[in-house]
Amino acid sequence: MSEQEYVPKSKVGKWFNDRLPLLSLASHLTDYPTPKNLNYWWTFGGILTFCLLTQIITGIVLAMHYVAHADLAFASVEHIMRDVNYGWLIRYIHSNGASMFFLAVYIHIFRSLFYGSYKSPREIIWIIGLMIYLLMMAAAFMGYVLPWGQMSFWGATVITNLFSAIPLIGDSITTWLWGAYSVDNPTLTRFFSLHYLIPFLILGLVVLHIWALHVPGNNNPVGIDIKKPSKDTVPFHPYITIKDAFALLLFMIIFAGFVFFAPNVLGHSDNYIQANPMVTPAHIVPEWYLLPFYAILRSVPDKLGGVILMFGAIFILFVLPWLDTSKVRSAVFRPIYRQFFWILVIDVLVLGYVGAMPAEGIYLVLARVGTVYYFLHFIVILPVVGYLEKTEPVPLSISDPVLSGSADYSMAKKDNEKI
Amino acid sequence: MKKFKLFFCILLSLTIFNTLKSAEQIDPIKVDWSFKGLLGKFDRSSLQRGYQVYNEVCASCHSMQYLSYRNLGEPGGPEFSEEEVKAIAAGFEVTDGPDAQGEMFTRPGRPSDKFVSPYPNVNAAAAANGGAYPPDMSVLVKARKGGANYIYSVLVGYEDPPPGVTLDEGVYYNKYMIGNKIKMPNNLSDGLVDYADGTEATVDQMAKDVTTFLSWAAEPELESRHKTGVKVILYLVLLSILVFLSMKKIWSRVNPEI
Repeated sequence: MSEQEYVPKSKVGKWFNDRLPLLSLASHLTDYPTPKNLNYWWTFGGILTFCLLTQIITGIVLAMHYVAHADLAFASVEHIMRDVNYGWLIRYIHSNGASMFFLAVYIHIFRSLFYGSYKSPREIIWIIGLMIYLLMMAAAFMGYVLPWGQMSFWGATVITNLFSAIPLIGDSITTWLWGAYSVDNPTLTRFFSLHYLIPFLILGLVVLHIWALHVPGNNNPVGIDIKKPSKDTVPFHPYITIKDAFALLLFMIIFAGFVFFAPNVLGHSDNYIQANPMVTPAHIVPEWYLLPFYAILRSVPDKLGGVILMFGAIFILFVLPWLDTSKVRSAVFRPIYRQFFWILVIDVLVLGYVGAMPAEGIYLVLARVGTVYYFLHFIVILPVVGYLEKTEPVPLSISDPVLSGSADYSMAKKDNEKI
Repeated sequence: MKKFKLFFCILLSLTIFNTLKSAEQIDPIKVDWSFKGLLGKFDRSSLQRGYQVYNEVCASCHSMQYLSYRNLGEPGGPEFSEEEVKAIAAGFEVTDGPDAQGEMFTRPGRPSDKFVSPYPNVNAAAAANGGAYPPDMSVLVKARKGGANYIYSVLVGYEDPPPGVTLDEGVYYNKYMIGNKIKMPNNLSDGLVDYADGTEATVDQMAKDVTTFLSWAAEPELESRHKTGVKVILYLVLLSILVFLSMKKIWSRVNPEI
């Protein structure tokens, strides 16, 4: 960081800061030079921090009233909804908050894909982000089990059974995960314990994610390296904080719309039926944010193959920085990649859609085509396009189009204006 | 950027579309419930009539184990008076104990008691109903696709089976039920209950009243949720306008076009 050394004004502050430089840290965070052309797709980092804290705070309160026991869990959730003061509000914020969290994280991830934020020198930020995403999925899955409704129980049964596909030791691993010979009380209690633990692991990774971000600084819509600080940057506070705050408020309006006026529309009605190991629901479906992976899982006729592809779909993202061979970061200057980016978005949406449908007929065909294309995008299209694509000229700086002499600044500018 | 916004809309609409998509049977009748919409409220007298239908017709088989008698007097619900709630509760025999001698005993119900269930356990309930357990109705409206519309439709959806459909003993034909076969007989008939407020007790009226009551039972917080929601969103909109103006002002120092 090319910032000036911070020296506290007061004697006490200096004494403290020499021993624990918290004030220097605060100064770094407020002065942190940020590209001034960040658009609203860059506000989702702050929104995600808000989502995590909301889940942690509402979760702590819910855990005070929830009972992790197979016979009592369902009733304790109803107790929260009926007898705890504003329990319904806290629970609906928590359950819809999970959906909002994933909505935000998907936008955040696709923003990174579009503007090439995962590329050098930001690979570690990207990888930590993916680890956060994996932990989010684990936390969300286990959290969905806790109300002990029908979808909780059967979702847990389907997902934990995936591990039985591992050759030789699969069945033993599944039994070990359950703590019983089927999904039962021991499964519920350990899921509760882990569900409480994981958000704090995520919080730790978020600190690392931001730390790693502050080494090279933010990417930006133009995708070029910028001098920091310079006339291309603004201090994080108040410029970025106020913009993040505005975007967060708009996000909260949508969030509140779900919580107060459609609190159950993103859930499944079967989860208001208490878990019953003797009755299998007609269609077992995960929550919407896991549907694309569910579609990939079911597109393979072989169980082990399906599991490998499903996990592969996530793990392939870890090597994305090395699969993408293009030197240009932002898709704004990559006419071919830009097209493929949108095809990938549509592909993931289609996978999500067929994930909610029965795995038969046209849905199965779509799931298979979608799965093949998903892997094709990362393994073939990205490396090849990076070599063959003729990228458009990139400006030399954000604020100085004249120096670059590039006609394409207009495009970057157009991009900025549209936000 | 436009494409990004489009993507956002598609994602939202897709997820909503997915969850709303209903199963194979015919769509339930759409009723214009007073509690739908942003400012929806329950019809107080319909809730009271609905409780009467539940108590006189449904309660002989269906439990509502998560409700307490006191809920009947709480704001946003049927809002029976304190005396009425006490009288309703006292009309039930509640098993309590053990007493000092270690014996269980029965006493008249109190408002703080949970609704007394008609059967001691699920197996007893199933055994008394041809093997089909009458589901607990506390959250039934939330536990069925189509919600209140579906419950109402099933209540009025009984008809003679179409030719070619044979039904076993104790199974009935219902055009809205999944699979069209239901073990609950058609329990509603015109004039079955005697409404205190003089409303004519037609099958349709009773079905609407009891569905309203069940909707409240499933979401007793609905009215305060709607009221709070309007306030919260108004507050957020006002605050975001203020923050937007501040943002414009702050950013005007570097770049007038944010």
